[in-house]
Amino acid sequence: MASRTSTAMSFLTRTRGRNGPDWTDWLCYGYLLLGVFLMFGPVIWVTLSSFKSEAQLLEFPPTFLPYGQISVEVEGYDDALPLFEITAGEHAGKRLAQIRRIGIQAQMVDPADPGERIDIGINDRTPVREMTFAWSNYTDLFEKFSFMRYFWNSVFITAMATIIMLLFNSMAAFALSKYRFKGRMTVLVIIIATLMIPVTIVLVPAYLVVAKLGMLNSPWGVILPGAATPTGVFLLRQYMLTIPDELIDAARMDHASEWKIYWRIILPLSAPALAVLAIFAIMWRWNDFLWPLIVLSESEKFTLQLALNSFQGDLNTQWHNLLAMTVLTLLPITLVFAFLQRYITTGIANTGIK
Amino acid sequence: MGSGAMGSLLSGIFTPLFAAFMGLFERPMGWAQRRLGQSKIAWLFLAPNLIIFGLFTFLPIILNFYYATTGGVKILPEDRVYVGADNFKELLTCDDYLNPNSCNKDLFWKAVFNTGLFVTLQVGFMIFFSLITALVLNAEIRARGFFRSVFFYPVLLSPVVVALIWKWILQREGILNGWLTSLGLDPIIWLLSADWAFFWVIFVSIWAHMGFYTLILLAGLQAIPKDVYEAAEMDSASAWRTFHRITLPLLMPNMLVVLVLALIKGVQSFDEIFVLTGGGPGSATLLIVQYIYETGFSVQPQLFGIAAAASLMLAIVLLILTLAQLWLNRKSVDG
Repeated sequence: MASRTSTAMSFLTRTRGRNGPDWTDWLCYGYLLLGVFLMFGPVIWVTLSSFKSEAQLLEFPPTFLPYGQISVEVEGYDDALPLFEITAGEHAGKRLAQIRRIGIQAQMVDPADPGERIDIGINDRTPVREMTFAWSNYTDLFEKFSFMRYFWNSVFITAMATIIMLLFNSMAAFALSKYRFKGRMTVLVIIIATLMIPVTIVLVPAYLVVAKLGMLNSPWGVILPGAATPTGVFLLRQYMLTIPDELIDAARMDHASEWKIYWRIILPLSAPALAVLAIFAIMWRWNDFLWPLIVLSESEKFTLQLALNSFQGDLNTQWHNLLAMTVLTLLPITLVFAFLQRYITTGIANTGIK
Repeated sequence: MGSGAMGSLLSGIFTPLFAAFMGLFERPMGWAQRRLGQSKIAWLFLAPNLIIFGLFTFLPIILNFYYATTGGVKILPEDRVYVGADNFKELLTCDDYLNPNSCNKDLFWKAVFNTGLFVTLQVGFMIFFSLITALVLNAEIRARGFFRSVFFYPVLLSPVVVALIWKWILQREGILNGWLTSLGLDPIIWLLSADWAFFWVIFVSIWAHMGFYTLILLAGLQAIPKDVYEAAEMDSASAWRTFHRITLPLLMPNMLVVLVLALIKGVQSFDEIFVLTGGGPGSATLLIVQYIYETGFSVQPQLFGIAAAASLMLAIVLLILTLAQLWLNRKSVDG
């Protein structure tokens, strides 16, 4: 037992490369590949599934790729008919379309010769399948489900909340890092204290305040309560402390107003910290759920997350559309991540915020 | 169009807009500066933040005490009747504290028990797997950046999306049951069996959040100086000994921070689980935040007093955890 833990540890703790790969390397890469499978697999599976038609989604066990049965238009029939290949009997090898199934017999027709009906045993035929992409799952969202409205609601809330948060937080951080005034420590301590109070524990009274301000069912009821994050103020303040005060003194000599010092000097110099905060704010707001769930009750005000939740709660879930909507909801965040992943991961490792 | 051209186009639009917007405040702020003087104007910079803090954080904290000590189903404070500690008594009355069914508010106790079990298992396993992953990522491997982001990717997904992804995998005719059938096993209705639902709630929650903790632990591992290991190698210390005597003690501050952070987040778990199981089957995966949400907002009659009293008790737990966090931070800063 001891030796087994020790060999397990040797692969986990070694820091120097040795000559050529040994079994501990294989174990490492095995673990990492399992990680790739577990972390990406579910998302890929949902994406592939979202291209399957309603009928394909009902197949069990499911196929990996969106394979579906081909349907053909046959003269004299209104609907497209499913195509089968005949495996036994006198018609073996032919491709016939099925009109209807009666018990263990299927009534079929040759698409090339629609006049004649042929009876085939249901075990003597297999469906003709090919890969098809059910784009209609996606187009439905725009035509039937007012996807664009939810998308716009989400974009509006995310963009406005991010801009307001950056503005308000940077103003407060500027005041707390570059001025010596009475009560500065008090304000700092108060802001530290609010770090401890997540919205989850003041749900009822926060709801009342929003209701009293007439902001129920308004995007502003979602945007404003979270616009003053203590985390943001701190991150920016720490960064602004590193900007030399001499710059400000020089600007004051040139009779620049305090406001001008803020937006002409401090803001541009804080760009890296602002960018990190902006990325976090976008993630928080785009993914936000509990607070919007309480504030927004009219479905036309829903964000994407709320719309997704309410569709999945329906008794007969329309999985083909729901999956497409899930993919469109995770797409923006995935793109942001693909382009900025190094930035995001180092930002989190350095600041420890999520 | 190259990215440089794109960038300059963006800044060409953005910069004048930004300047025009900021310029709007030039006159009022200049006027205020002449009236207030140079140092008092700091309050003006603080004002928007303080107003929002005040309205949406401080006022609610005070009101929460008011709601917790008043009864009735009215939301407006003036319509509510003072009931003293009745809400707390109602929540805390039990014949046998180890058996939620004997309690006055059995769902509350069920939620408390579930949350306790959930947090213990979720945090325990999550830290274990985060540590292993961080150790592997810290080893000499190719494409470290890629693998690091693989584990981090689910952290960015919204809770609703996370829940729907797994709901699709775990549904009766989902891919997991497809595999079981192809192995000759009977399919399982995962989310309708109390034990399996609890397992999957923990699994999905770990899946969605472990990347964040892995990242913090990895940063801690990378901060350990390499020469410590070289010295250990010179003394031909065994790998286990090196891990036990060097890596683990030096990583301890990070481990504690991660532990407290994970506890704070874990106690407040709501979104993914609410969408994945809705607290079900029955109340098998009902957690405390969902209890508060449902008591106050989704179940009729809306018992705001009970919800506020439950929030207050949750707040006490969080307060203790946060104080522990601040204390640990201070300790790790002081060395």
